[in-house]
Amino acid sequence: MTRKSVIMFLAASIAGLFISLVSAQAGEAVEGTAKADKLEQCVEPTPVMRRNHFEFIQHQRDLTVHEGIRGSKYSLAGCVDCHARKDAAGKAVPVNAEGQFCDGCHDYAAVSLKCFECHRTVPGEK
Amino acid sequence: MSREKQQGRREFLKTSAAAAAVTIAPGVMLHTLSADAAPRTEPVTDKVRWGMLIDANKCADGCTECVAACDKENGLDLVDMPEGADPSLWERQRPRWIRQVKLKDNLSGRITNLPMMCQHCEEPPCVDVCPTGASFRRADGIVMVDRHICIGCRYCMMACPYKARSFIHAEVAEKLTHTPRGKGCVESCNFCVQRLDNGESTTACQEACKHQAIVFGDLNDPDSAVSQALKKYPSVQIRADLKLNTGVRYSNI
Ligand code: SF4
Ligand code: SF4
Repeated sequence: MTRKSVIMFLAASIAGLFISLVSAQAGEAVEGTAKADKLEQCVEPTPVMRRNHFEFIQHQRDLTVHEGIRGSKYSLAGCVDCHARKDAAGKAVPVNAEGQFCDGCHDYAAVSLKCFECHRTVPGEK
Repeated sequence: MSREKQQGRREFLKTSAAAAAVTIAPGVMLHTLSADAAPRTEPVTDKVRWGMLIDANKCADGCTECVAACDKENGLDLVDMPEGADPSLWERQRPRWIRQVKLKDNLSGRITNLPMMCQHCEEPPCVDVCPTGASFRRADGIVMVDRHICIGCRYCMMACPYKARSFIHAEVAEKLTHTPRGKGCVESCNFCVQRLDNGESTTACQEACKHQAIVFGDLNDPDSAVSQALKKYPSVQIRADLKLNTGVRYSNI
């Protein structure tokens, strides 16, 4: 490598680093931007939700898939819709991204959740 | 509610639904809303059996509007080719819920075009072979896969005589709220179940067909457009010899 190309390589790497830092910042969730932040309480009181939310949605998933019931109180789509925060640009941040609503607790409690291998992680498209 | 009253309500809804289905421009239809346009709160029942009549004479050569509409409605256009995959293999294996099929009569040379999707069999072989119960038939006749239970063995794909099912080979980055999708599950046409469960009464393909080749509705309701059309025109089930009693019927093939 000639001296000139080394310099160019270094300059390019530094620029790359800078760009990745900037884009990471753009995706940062802003506190208080989730719909849930403006509500008194979830579909049940908070202690009930903390303990039982998985029971609620697991039961609901069978009712929805097999019986077509979509107009009920509990739904994973509802969780995502209400708890996804937005970044500074107003774009929704995935609920399972590091430190976000779902990930924050599950990471702490060492629960690996599989919902989002298939389910959408930001509020609906329509 | 008395029977008479119910009838009155149904008539009313039917006329208002007809008004909602007005064509505003060729190929542009408003979503048709039926019964209650709210999400369902009661389980589906076998009072309804969803079905279709497809008129192959009206299906135009080279037209793929229904395929594009299905791809969009069900997020299939968001599934990208896995990196390093063979493009020609991908074309054959990419998930697709509805396909354009061209038939040629070798004797006369007559060519017939028709869209082909899950036929929503009353006796579905895909359900028979599924070892986990993931492939199932809903009370209202829609055959679907419960992805929570599917293990991706693909027995159902082998059992289906209509090549209606697709397998998701790799993780999918973006998916729609109403159509979750992940690596290792089988899927197929579900008559746009999310629309029906939210009170609509059209499928994306029917709505997109400029040539009005597809009539969708309740086979159990003698007054529905699909029942009326079936009564009026001769129609067949594809591979009727298998006695699956398909929910999708064809005319002019
Ligand atoms: S057409 Fe195939 S996938 Fe659809 S119900 Fe029949 S066997 Fe199952
Ligand atoms: S691939 Fe899934 S739905 Fe099909 S037979 Fe296997 S478990 Fe059942």
